[in-house]
Amino acid sequence: MKIIVKNGRVIDPASGIDASLDVTILDDRIGEIAPNIPVEDGAGVIDASGCLVLPGLIDMHVHFREPGREDIETIIGGSKVAAKSGYTSVCTMPNTTPVIDNQGLVRFIKLQAEKGPINVFPAASITQGSKGEELAEMGELLNAGAVAFTDDGLPVMSAVIMRRALEYARMFDVPLLTHSEDLELTDNGLMNEGVNATRLGMKGIPREAEEVMIARDILLTRLAKGRMHICHISSAGSVELLQWAKAQGIKVTGETAPHYFSLNDDAVAEHMAMAKMKPPLRTEEDRLAMIEGLRVGVIDVIATDHAPHSRNEKMQEMEYAPFGIIGLETAVPLIITELVKEHGFSYLEAFEKVTVNPAKILKIDRGTLEKGKPADIVVVDPERKVTIDEDFLMSHCKNTPFIGRELYGSVEYTFCNGNIVYSRS
Amino acid sequence: MNSLQRKDLLDIESLSTDEIQLICNSARFFKDVFTRSVKSVPVLRGKTVCTLFFEPSTRTRLSFDLAAKRLNADLINVNVSTSSVVKGESLIDTVHTLEAMKADYIVMRHAASLAPHFLSQNIESSVINAGDGFHAHPTQALLDAYSILEKKGSLEGLHIGIVGDIQHSRVARSDIEIFKRLGAEVTICGPPALVPDEFETYDVNITYNLDELLPKLDVINMLRIQRERQQGAFFPSIREYHRQFALTAERLKKCKPDIIIMHPGPVNRGVELSNEVAESPNLIMNEQVTNGVAVRMAIFYLLAGGAPLEEMSDET
Repeated sequence: MKIIVKNGRVIDPASGIDASLDVTILDDRIGEIAPNIPVEDGAGVIDASGCLVLPGLIDMHVHFREPGREDIETIIGGSKVAAKSGYTSVCTMPNTTPVIDNQGLVRFIKLQAEKGPINVFPAASITQGSKGEELAEMGELLNAGAVAFTDDGLPVMSAVIMRRALEYARMFDVPLLTHSEDLELTDNGLMNEGVNATRLGMKGIPREAEEVMIARDILLTRLAKGRMHICHISSAGSVELLQWAKAQGIKVTGETAPHYFSLNDDAVAEHMAMAKMKPPLRTEEDRLAMIEGLRVGVIDVIATDHAPHSRNEKMQEMEYAPFGIIGLETAVPLIITELVKEHGFSYLEAFEKVTVNPAKILKIDRGTLEKGKPADIVVVDPERKVTIDEDFLMSHCKNTPFIGRELYGSVEYTFCNGNIVYSRS
Repeated sequence: MNSLQRKDLLDIESLSTDEIQLICNSARFFKDVFTRSVKSVPVLRGKTVCTLFFEPSTRTRLSFDLAAKRLNADLINVNVSTSSVVKGESLIDTVHTLEAMKADYIVMRHAASLAPHFLSQNIESSVINAGDGFHAHPTQALLDAYSILEKKGSLEGLHIGIVGDIQHSRVARSDIEIFKRLGAEVTICGPPALVPDEFETYDVNITYNLDELLPKLDVINMLRIQRERQQGAFFPSIREYHRQFALTAERLKKCKPDIIIMHPGPVNRGVELSNEVAESPNLIMNEQVTNGVAVRMAIFYLLAGGAPLEEMSDET
């Protein structure tokens, strides 16, 4: 089976290619990439005129809620939403019920994902039950198919346990994805501590709750000679800490999410529970620091922290509603609208954060348009507008503050392992 | 303008200065009404007021009850501790039930900030905020402003101090909004953790030294201090708090002789006010309570878009 994606603008951040080229797909692999490839009999043709042809996107931070809360989202359901959003690989967080802390559960996720459209790479927990007390059996979890370890949703509050986890994981050269938050400083806060929280009478979460823990985790990574990836960076100070760590040669990478470069905490008064997530939306200065951090490459990755919650859970007093928003379907539109159109990123700069960079961190052999690699390809029309409304959102849960926004960037086709797993029309 | 062209009364910020003045003017009329022997006017006859208190309250709830009754409204009190809320019903579902029973006004107190705002977006009935979290307590602020107006004629140029736990006080936030709007200078005072710098965006002065502040003030509002703040290490002890921030007989000597002392009640005697000050004629706490009923009558009346007050005044 041969398909030719013709007349598109090929963006491959791994090789730095940004050119008008045709891309062929031979069964499940990428074939020839060249200008004006002649169409042979029997070959399928996808016309990508005016569109970007990108490696299938990688989201290294999603919550698919299975096992435990299949009423909210499932591995298959989330995978379909990902395919529609241009993602062909995701890393699922282990804070399900039960927590993914044994090999049986990792295998369960892999098994469920086999029936779905995209590649699912499970992260397993750092500590048993993510309780922060005893290490999970990392070697066995890796054998079962885990690609990283994280207690996401919670920090590893004990510095000693964190140190030992970093040391142990070193022998596998596998990253710990840290949810860096000092829970004592958070102290049941609801939104960013600052002027907006003060005026709304909301209990604040100081930026220092994040920064103190990132500073600790960086120093522990140095001590343990380990490898760490900082999840969902939201504050300007955290970007500075990450920059410092990299300058010291400490093996640290970091991610932010589209909402942190698109919104500030002014959004809370309007959207209330729909703008409630951890870490919280911060100030305009922080938002701009995310954009600069991404531009200079201090922040390596854009990950969505896709966190579905039911309507009932979010239709509550903000204080009682759970933290988290969905992010997959708004990711490409926000990257194109905010980073490329608004802040002048090149497509290569913007999309390396969702392709080659997460692939390297997780050691996934994907995220590039190279002959012979798995045919994970997405075709995006950057000039076509989408309106984020209930009809647009395929996700069963609609908990997003971007409802009503009109954005640039429409995913037209998604190929995963050579199969068309999504086409808009 | 002789009515409030709005569905809800949620906070001071969303009220115009004209609306604030209208409420205060109408409150004067209603205060006259209920200091007579026949204390009611039938402007809310046939309307249903429902009070829904998710936090314990005595004086605010009684004040709303009396205001509604004196306007001849039908009144329902939902006792949250015995209602379906304790069975896990959501706020929206609870209130839709009340709405199905045709409650015209829902007076709600809630521990979560913005709960009445969230509610108002999702129901047709009028929502009156009787206090939400640390956020707003607009009827208290209106009665505080009215009480000062009654004594001083105007707030323009007055210097008003608010002392205590500003951070966790919805009264402080709403008072600051209304006092500033009506032209007063406002200084807030308390230990730093309870008087965060972010309050500067309200264009108020911040001080940690009560003794220096007192001689400058025309009005002082002493907030109730909650003992549990000590556990949060906001200050070391009640004893130490009293030393630094209580209004005592000795401190009262530093004040202008005609200073108005306010307190939203209930007083912790010996904590924020010494016993002597709690007995001082400058303390207008009981008048605040009286004025609270008048202000709440005015709010119901104006939200109902009722008849001009002059005509009603003639009738009665």
